[in-house]
Amino acid sequence: MRIPLPAAIGLFFTGLYFFMAIFAGWIAPYGMAEIVGDRWEPWSWAHPLGTDSIGRDLLSRMIWGGQTTIFVATMGTILSFSMGSILGFVAAVKGGWVDQFLSRMIDLMMSIPSLISALVVLSVMPVTLPVLIVVMGVLDATRVFRLSRAVAVDITVMDYVEAARLRGERQMWIIFREILPNALSPLIAEMGLRFIFMVLFISTLSFLGLGVQPPMADWGGIVKENREAIVYGIPAALVPAFAISSLAISVNLVADWVLNRTTSLKGGRG
Amino acid sequence: MSDVLLEVKGLKIEATAYPPGEAPHNITIVEDVSFTVDKGKVLGLIGESGAGKSTIGLSAMAYGRGGVRITGGTVMVNGRDVLQAGPAGLRSLRGREVTYVAQSAAAAFNPAKKLMEQVIEATLHHKLMSREEAEARAIALFARLGLPNPEKIGNRYPHQVSGGQLQRVMTAMALCPKPDLVVFDEPTTALDVTTQIEVLAAIKEAIVDTGVAALYITHDLAVVAQVADHIMVLRGGKMVEYGTTDHIINTPTQAYTQELVSVRSINHKEKIGGAPVLSVKGITARYRGTKFDVLKDVTVDLPEAQTLAIVGESGSGKSTLARVITGLLPPKSGEIIFNGRTLAPDFNARSRDDLREVQMIYQMADVAMNPRQTVGTIIGRPLEFYFGLRGDAKKQRIQELLDEIEMGEGFIDRYPAELSGGQKQRVCIARALAAKPKMIICDEVTSALDPLVADGILKLLLNLQKIENVAYLFITHDLATVRAIADSIAVMYQGRVVRYGSKTEVLSPPFDDYTDLLLSSVPEMQLGWLERTIATRKMDAAGN
Repeated sequence: MRIPLPAAIGLFFTGLYFFMAIFAGWIAPYGMAEIVGDRWEPWSWAHPLGTDSIGRDLLSRMIWGGQTTIFVATMGTILSFSMGSILGFVAAVKGGWVDQFLSRMIDLMMSIPSLISALVVLSVMPVTLPVLIVVMGVLDATRVFRLSRAVAVDITVMDYVEAARLRGERQMWIIFREILPNALSPLIAEMGLRFIFMVLFISTLSFLGLGVQPPMADWGGIVKENREAIVYGIPAALVPAFAISSLAISVNLVADWVLNRTTSLKGGRG
Repeated sequence: MSDVLLEVKGLKIEATAYPPGEAPHNITIVEDVSFTVDKGKVLGLIGESGAGKSTIGLSAMAYGRGGVRITGGTVMVNGRDVLQAGPAGLRSLRGREVTYVAQSAAAAFNPAKKLMEQVIEATLHHKLMSREEAEARAIALFARLGLPNPEKIGNRYPHQVSGGQLQRVMTAMALCPKPDLVVFDEPTTALDVTTQIEVLAAIKEAIVDTGVAALYITHDLAVVAQVADHIMVLRGGKMVEYGTTDHIINTPTQAYTQELVSVRSINHKEKIGGAPVLSVKGITARYRGTKFDVLKDVTVDLPEAQTLAIVGESGSGKSTLARVITGLLPPKSGEIIFNGRTLAPDFNARSRDDLREVQMIYQMADVAMNPRQTVGTIIGRPLEFYFGLRGDAKKQRIQELLDEIEMGEGFIDRYPAELSGGQKQRVCIARALAAKPKMIICDEVTSALDPLVADGILKLLLNLQKIENVAYLFITHDLATVRAIADSIAVMYQGRVVRYGSKTEVLSPPFDDYTDLLLSSVPEMQLGWLERTIATRKMDAAGN
């Protein structure tokens, strides 16, 4: 199997970021909140990316921050996918008023911009990582619901699903054995996309001060802490911004490749 | 000037295949095919799917469908090699000298434009006539093709006319620019049998009247025998036999042609009497949200280990009857008695044994099997689900079933996409048998298959009936199939059973009008059958 160049680049950077996130404790030269120098020191051998607004090593902050950002985004994606796809499949398989009720509830949620609803919820709830993950996961599940319902509606009318129903199979079998395998390729591609939106979402929230709370590091928060330095020509805020965009692009490249491959598999759906 | 219009010599057509997980490679679709068509003559190209007949037909327009390349030979139209013609030469050829009639008219028309616009489009594009002349010619063609309201029908949109009418409008479109050659690609295959005969007669008349030459592509030898002067039999991209229609139909020399001519000659002696395993009593049904009864007071019996054929054209309610029996569509009134018990109207309320004993085989085997499951899983699931078989016992039973459907070893781990059309249908049969049913509902199980493959499936079903003592409710529009397999027949028309009885009773005169129409519409493998039938029928097909 040959991996095309864009996918290889995407895989490399995605792998690199995940590796650094998982092993942050071993890789990061300093602690997350350790003050090691002056504010906004330039790049040097001791501090490869310089220091931040209160003199913490920026490279260490980036690595620890990556851990938080990627962890929250991954958990949020998993939550939104399990919730959105199961509800979407149930709506498609059950049809009737179950479908109507779920779909209209989702429409209601989607009619409010997700950033606004997130800000409202987070301003009255204690901002901890689990709360962040649940809020983001639930809000994003609406998009997953829409996609998985649309895909599953196409599949439920297939004769093989009818055959399974006439055999007397339970709903769980129909959802997980007949529909899910055939809905997988569009869902996997969507998963990559949703992960990227999660990264952007958590970064936005942190930048607005309602996401990950100091002293914990995360990329959006690092941009916020160092944004004033740009006025003085110090690039400290650009480093996390670059990390966010490069992660987004590389995950997208991988998702593209996965989509291409799975659609051409045996009997794969387009 | 000679009379040869189209001369094809040593035609070779290739394409590149991209099998998953393997390197792309070239495959030959058509090899060394040569023929000539004289002015005003009709050549029939016949073969099963994959024989290359459509590809050859399109090559007369120097056209290859996506990825198909014409790599060898010459195609001369009016003495000019069209394979060497540049884009400008091809433009003047297509739609002027050679035109095309596609199989599915419904898919070939632009739904957003009126019929007249589309019929005269090519004529105007080539500046062959003024708009008034072209419209006058189109109206004359509509009249000649027997379309109702020839002056007005051009103002309709494609969805406002029936399938048979649309196919005739498409023929008018092909004839409008006064071409020298028309390529007919299965023009009647998608139509009901009663509609097919009228479209066929209209096409034939138009060919004779206009003196145009034609390539007539079909998989149905009986159809081509009615219109063609010469027939070429193709198989796997190679020529099998080529001769006059009389020669091919009456004195074929090749074994394959002989098989095609004698297809559906299965002799099945009907069984009479016996206790019914299924009694359908006074079923009236309609779909939710509609105010129209699709089934009206349907009553039929199916005796044990026998076959009841439900015959009718599309829209007659025969598939709806299957949905009512399986419980997918609870009826408005009436009851279904199966094996002495009254079945619950909704399948959700039926016991597992009720569900097990009524199995179903579908028309499209492709979508009746989950493409992500292997043959082993597909056949194994009912074994596991109904009988709790696991491990080696299950595997052994799967193999037994595969042997029963004459497929043998090496299929358990294959995916449906890796099977041929006939094999797919066999696996579906095995899945139904795995449940050890008392009755199997066969919904048009052979209509998507090539004639010889369909024959094999019918023989298999008859054989399995003897071994497994299973009853078939056989839904079909094809009377030849019915003759081959049925013990009793119910003819359905507009939701009612219009004729019901044993096979001999139903198929012997005196006939009611509808049964007569249906029986007389089945093409027979004889020269001149079309003219004789059109002259003697009692009733016109509905919707024409």
